[in-house]
Amino acid sequence: MTDLVPERYTLAFRLYPYAKSPDQEAATPARHKVIVVGGGPIGLATALDLGRRGVPVLLLDDHEGAGLGSRALCFSKRTLEICDRLGAAGPMLDKGVQWNVGKVFHDDRLLYEFNLLPEAGHAFPAFINLQQPWFEKFMHDAILDAQAEGAPIELRGRNRVDAVIPAADHVALDVMTPDGPYRLEADWLIACDGARSPLRGMMGLSFDGRVFEDNFLIADVKMKADFPTERWFWFEPHFKSGDSALLHKQPDDIWRIDFQLGWNIDRAKELEPANIRARVDAMLGPGVEYELDWCSIYTFQCRRMGRFRHGRVLFAGDSAHQVSPFGARGANSGIQDVDNLAWKLALVLDGAAPEALLDTYDSERVHGADENILNSTRATDFITPKTPVSKMLRNAVLELAETLPFARTVVNSGRLSLPCTYDGSALNGPDHAAMPARTRPGSPCPDAPVAGGWLLNRLGRGFTLLTIGAPAPEVLTAHGLAVPRLALDATPEIRDRYLGDAEAAVYLIRPDQHVAARWDHYSAGAVSDALARAIGKE
Amino acid sequence: MLITTPNLTRPDETYAALIATHEGLSEAESHALNARLILILMNHIGDDAVLTEAMRLARDKGGQAA
Repeated sequence: MTDLVPERYTLAFRLYPYAKSPDQEAATPARHKVIVVGGGPIGLATALDLGRRGVPVLLLDDHEGAGLGSRALCFSKRTLEICDRLGAAGPMLDKGVQWNVGKVFHDDRLLYEFNLLPEAGHAFPAFINLQQPWFEKFMHDAILDAQAEGAPIELRGRNRVDAVIPAADHVALDVMTPDGPYRLEADWLIACDGARSPLRGMMGLSFDGRVFEDNFLIADVKMKADFPTERWFWFEPHFKSGDSALLHKQPDDIWRIDFQLGWNIDRAKELEPANIRARVDAMLGPGVEYELDWCSIYTFQCRRMGRFRHGRVLFAGDSAHQVSPFGARGANSGIQDVDNLAWKLALVLDGAAPEALLDTYDSERVHGADENILNSTRATDFITPKTPVSKMLRNAVLELAETLPFARTVVNSGRLSLPCTYDGSALNGPDHAAMPARTRPGSPCPDAPVAGGWLLNRLGRGFTLLTIGAPAPEVLTAHGLAVPRLALDATPEIRDRYLGDAEAAVYLIRPDQHVAARWDHYSAGAVSDALARAIGKE
Repeated sequence: MLITTPNLTRPDETYAALIATHEGLSEAESHALNARLILILMNHIGDDAVLTEAMRLARDKGGQAA
């Protein structure tokens, strides 16, 4: 018998085995509130965030779990903070490798080293390294926990979407399963189906940008090595593997080695174990014992869709935007998409916010994608200069970096992912000049230690009114929403991050922990107006 | 604001020093030295607007192309 939904890749973890759903026998297509397509990190996080908000969500994936291969590896502090809000961060932190120190080499010389997190007083480290299948597994574990607590999340494995039919008030999907096809309908569809997004293709939407003519070989090697837990990056490495190389620690004694190979390569030949071993031997030196764990050659592009919202279909993660791997901006930016989208869709479905709020998902995350593409393109151009003169200037920077600290600020082996500030967003309300720039409207709230724990932990699932030395009611009710107050003491960290030169502060914080507006005193009218603005009612 | 009025304290000496700095270098080495020198001077100036203006002026051959 023909396999109607064949596996395209091997699984690392089987998480949601196929089971026949009553929807497959329904006389008329079952209608769901939200369907998410794709069970990668972004799809799982979307289902979890919506489900935790009480929104019924169905996730479809053409496999039954997490694919093999380390792939997305570096997860940022902001991703961990979002995962913590979703109840998934603990195991990630336990399993992941924490690192703060990076070293930059040119040829065989150490140019300098840097420390990622000079600022104390944050619950989460700057980054952890964790193989993508583990990230997906922990996200799925958190979904199981949420389901046990009643969150309306359903996952269907080996359910492949073969056609998408957008309509004015819903989207219809033709889905193939091992038992044959069936049709589904959704009020809203979220496409988290990756860089090659079949849904994007079915809808005939373009995905434009810049192709970089380069190939990268990932060799994950298992070894008991005494290299420290640091990120080592080489420009023009002495072991002659190509223009750049990267060595990074993963859990389970596995090291990620990333070799830049150039454009005109014989892919099949480079993937032969003997050829991979020759490169790894040259890098590690003689007598180092290791096993090859997983290897892959990839190319990349920097591009995005023109818009992330197309009626009732919303694109998130790599399906909407793609960047180079330098800077860890792929999965991390996708998780920020989820963070931005879930609360907005939940409010629209509740009838608390107009549909237009979803257009700000598009504008805010397009802004984020453009920032990521800009940073990633600049890193790529520094690592692989495109002209002889840009190579000369790049090498001049590297020559000076060893002795002159100013030149290190120009060295770019990837500006590591930081969450973007939604400057100029239509949702932003009033700012206050005496308060720190880092917490201006649109900014993600920086964490800080507060009485009994961490600030981000104390923010609610909805809007929060944060007050520092300012009287305010315990709950503000406006526009159909109840906004609880969180009163903070002006500790040194809170003063530095939120108060600045102001005597007192009142912050309206969005459900995604971004600042909506801030004042130096509470006014019911002003906060209510800012709340209306932040939910797209203005 | 980029200074385009005379500002060198010892123009002849400084220019001679620039030429002397390149003595004995191959063309490739001289280009590399110029690149390092530009970066060092850029850092000394620091201001992005001033530097952008200087780059524009250099690209326009001192204003001829404007």
